[in-house]
Amino acid sequence: MKEKIEKRLDGRKQNELREMDAKVGVVKRADGSAMFRIGKTQAIAAVYGPRALHPTFMRDPEKGILRCNYNMISFSTGERVRPGPSRRSKEISLVTENALSPVLDLKEFPNTVIDVFIELIQADAGTRCAGITAAAMALADAGLIMKDLVSAVSVGKVGKNIVVDLDKEEEDFEDGATDIPIAMTPRDGKITLLQMDGEISKEELLKAIELGKEACLKIYELQKKALKEKYI
Amino acid sequence: MIATKDYVTTLLGKDIRSDNRKLDEYRKPITIETNISPKSEGSAKVTIGETIVIAGIKMDVGEPFPDTLDKGNLMVNAELLPLSNPDFESGPPDVYSIELARVIDRGVRESECIDMKKLCIKKGEKVWNVFIDLYPINDSGNLFDAAGLAALAALKDAKFPEYDEKEGKVIYGTKTKKNLPLTKLPISCTLVKIGDKIIVDPNTEEEKSMDARLTVATIDNNELCALQKGGNSSLTIEEIKKMVEIAIEKGKELRKLL
Repeated sequence: MKEKIEKRLDGRKQNELREMDAKVGVVKRADGSAMFRIGKTQAIAAVYGPRALHPTFMRDPEKGILRCNYNMISFSTGERVRPGPSRRSKEISLVTENALSPVLDLKEFPNTVIDVFIELIQADAGTRCAGITAAAMALADAGLIMKDLVSAVSVGKVGKNIVVDLDKEEEDFEDGATDIPIAMTPRDGKITLLQMDGEISKEELLKAIELGKEACLKIYELQKKALKEKYI
Repeated sequence: MIATKDYVTTLLGKDIRSDNRKLDEYRKPITIETNISPKSEGSAKVTIGETIVIAGIKMDVGEPFPDTLDKGNLMVNAELLPLSNPDFESGPPDVYSIELARVIDRGVRESECIDMKKLCIKKGEKVWNVFIDLYPINDSGNLFDAAGLAALAALKDAKFPEYDEKEGKVIYGTKTKKNLPLTKLPISCTLVKIGDKIIVDPNTEEEKSMDARLTVATIDNNELCALQKGGNSSLTIEEIKKMVEIAIEKGKELRKLL
């Protein structure tokens, strides 16, 4: 069977990421921080801690907790976003925690919290992935011992194409688009975030994840480069 | 904390600041970058030393308030992001973010910086709402002045979005070439009193050690348009006079940057 590949809306190849940019140490008062931009999506992450956890009843004498807070600033999209947490931002905060936890050894810091704050300065699809990518760099910048970095990208199906890094126009594609945000630990290729909305076959899903893995490795290289730029 | 205050106060006794600045000297560099978030109608990022504040303008069409039927509406909002300072906590806006938003609001509103009558589409029915949203990214002191500059730079950068009058809908993503109707530019200058010394542009250590604070907003002709005293000590009339004089001078310098 010969697959027909239609052109992407912005002319990118199927496996082509948008132009990226990463910088570590952008919030001086934080223990660790980073900026990650992919196309018109831009995230800033800052890490504070390990520090004393409040409220105290949440303290765990066995291990520390990772607390992530994902937030879109009000002017990051077309229509103004009402400030404050929403159902969406709370869920994304939770899956972000799950995506980042596997690389940290929280047993090292009993009774404490590591706070990760993620702000989306500009949103043009793929915001949770940009947030996770920035947060992983910020955690490394904070000097925390990590088993690996975490790199994230959204893959999906736009029309009939399986593509990486959907932009807003593709996400809103009128003939249907399937969005699959994934995060992985690049060295062992394990998946730490996987969500999906839309329709897709099993074969297509596996192909999309393969493309995502490839893309994450490219993001991983940029993350390492940005971290080295600050310290070497 | 007490150690910080002792240290800052002792140094100031010799006219020395903890970061070696003169008493009336702003941190450097002061930079203004506009259009940092193209999805907003206008946006800006301002740095004063290590302090970073971003501001964005969003606009939509709504109804006027009953007491200003022929004028647009202005809403200023600030969120003290816990990302920007280890002491800020998540949760509903606390009194400090409300104070910051209201001080900037007064500067913009009372200077009549925006000609609100030109934001009227149909008297009594449809007017433009202008939202100014302020976010500190790194708080190393003096958010007031950085936020004030960021708000103005974003207002200057802003363009009206396309408005489909028939459908009554704003078409985001298609900006017109029309700027906001701006008249005067209010510049705020924040001074703090520590012991018997008055300094401008306090850094974090100085803010933690301050006895009193005064934010003075001035407009182009050196008139004042907003004041806010903070801190729990008092100021003498002499001190206020001195602070206002410094604020007028500093306002001239800052205005050149816009």
